[in-house]
Amino acid sequence: MIEIKDVRKSFSTLEVLKGINLTVNKGEVVTIIGGSGSGKSTLLTCINGLEPINAGQITIDGTVVHAKDTDLNKLRRKVGIVFQQWNAFPHLTVLENVMLAPRKVLGLAKEKAEEIAVKQLTHVGLAEKLNVYPNRMSGGQQQRMAIARALAMSPEYMLFDEVTSALDPMLVGEVLDTLKMLAEEGMTMICVTHEMAFARDVSDRVAFFHHGVMAEIGTPDQLFGAPQHPDTQAFLASVR
Amino acid sequence: MLNYTFHWNQAFKALPQMLDGAVVTLQIALLSMVLGVALALTLTAFRLSGSRILRGFAATWVEVARNTPALFQIYMAHFGLGNFGIHLNPYTALLIGIAFNNAGYLAENFRGALKAIPDTQARAGRSLGMTPIQSFRLIVLPQMLRVAFLPATNQMVWAILMTSLGVTVGMNTDLAGITQELNARSFRTFEFFALAAVIYYIIAKLVTLAARLLAARMFKY
Repeated sequence: MIEIKDVRKSFSTLEVLKGINLTVNKGEVVTIIGGSGSGKSTLLTCINGLEPINAGQITIDGTVVHAKDTDLNKLRRKVGIVFQQWNAFPHLTVLENVMLAPRKVLGLAKEKAEEIAVKQLTHVGLAEKLNVYPNRMSGGQQQRMAIARALAMSPEYMLFDEVTSALDPMLVGEVLDTLKMLAEEGMTMICVTHEMAFARDVSDRVAFFHHGVMAEIGTPDQLFGAPQHPDTQAFLASVR
Repeated sequence: MLNYTFHWNQAFKALPQMLDGAVVTLQIALLSMVLGVALALTLTAFRLSGSRILRGFAATWVEVARNTPALFQIYMAHFGLGNFGIHLNPYTALLIGIAFNNAGYLAENFRGALKAIPDTQARAGRSLGMTPIQSFRLIVLPQMLRVAFLPATNQMVWAILMTSLGVTVGMNTDLAGITQELNARSFRTFEFFALAAVIYYIIAKLVTLAARLLAARMFKY
């Protein structure tokens, strides 16, 4: 369970998160929508401790993320994150990209790491690309590789930060299908996205962020069907 | 002016001696690169450190190495240090002078290579649970190596050519030193130095070629 309690975060004088409260249960899929600069991506990087917070508390299965004695390297093994820019490691083949962390972080034997990597890459439809270098693939393929790379660590939670925003429109579908598949398999996920149809389709709950505040949260039917907050209404009207 | 008769035979007879000198030249250049890379890595670490003194030290080194003549740097290693009672033989002084020069240029090269790798690469490593050191060693460093490799090759060629400045501090076993001695004995200046130039040229070309082949093997992406 991920518990976010009254989290505040500033970049110098700009407060980007103004007291966020959100609890995500095991097996739940929560999507976060909202305009750019609303703080939704920042929240994800705070959850896995890449960014410090100014106030409040985030706990993952009882571990306080920003506590001094928390081993973040260990914590990150169970919280995978995939970014808008997929950050493929260009000097490694697709297979090596996915094998690297299981070998070096989890300390698995080469054969075992390879087995996991092949399984995950097959899962995201890249079984044919094992020995290819990432720059020989499309953005959509590289993004699916990044998803497989995160999944190879057997995370219990996955964070997706606008993973389709940097893709050509025709490549968005293949990545969303991969996310959908994960959601159906019961992965606990927090997805920041601009894809409203996707959010409506896969989410258990949808949160709307506006200027660093979570203005509204509810089931897809509630949030898209009958939004209560005027800012949510305005946002949904503008993206439709 | 046109009365000069070429005596190439004399030069060709000395070829084995000159090739022995070429081996010494290559040896000094290689050693100076090994030292240079080690020093440049240290300087790069200094430049990224929190200490103003270390940063200042590294910046001064880089500035002096890159903006003063290599001849001056070698002179300093020999005669300059001599004034302080540190007497280095010509071989060591030449080696240290060139290593000083290499370190300055290579440190700048490494800094550029580090800048060329986006922060997001290290961040991606961290988010997979890697420690900062793992993420640097496994992700950033291999990519830096590729960016830095060809400029470092150029520095190696430059180091080979810089060894010829050793004659000014009494170096007489490398290619330039031996050529100079042969010239002093025979006054066949043109022949000996033309032959030496051809040997320098061939060494430089071979080093560049070897580096290209090595790069093609090492960097497959």
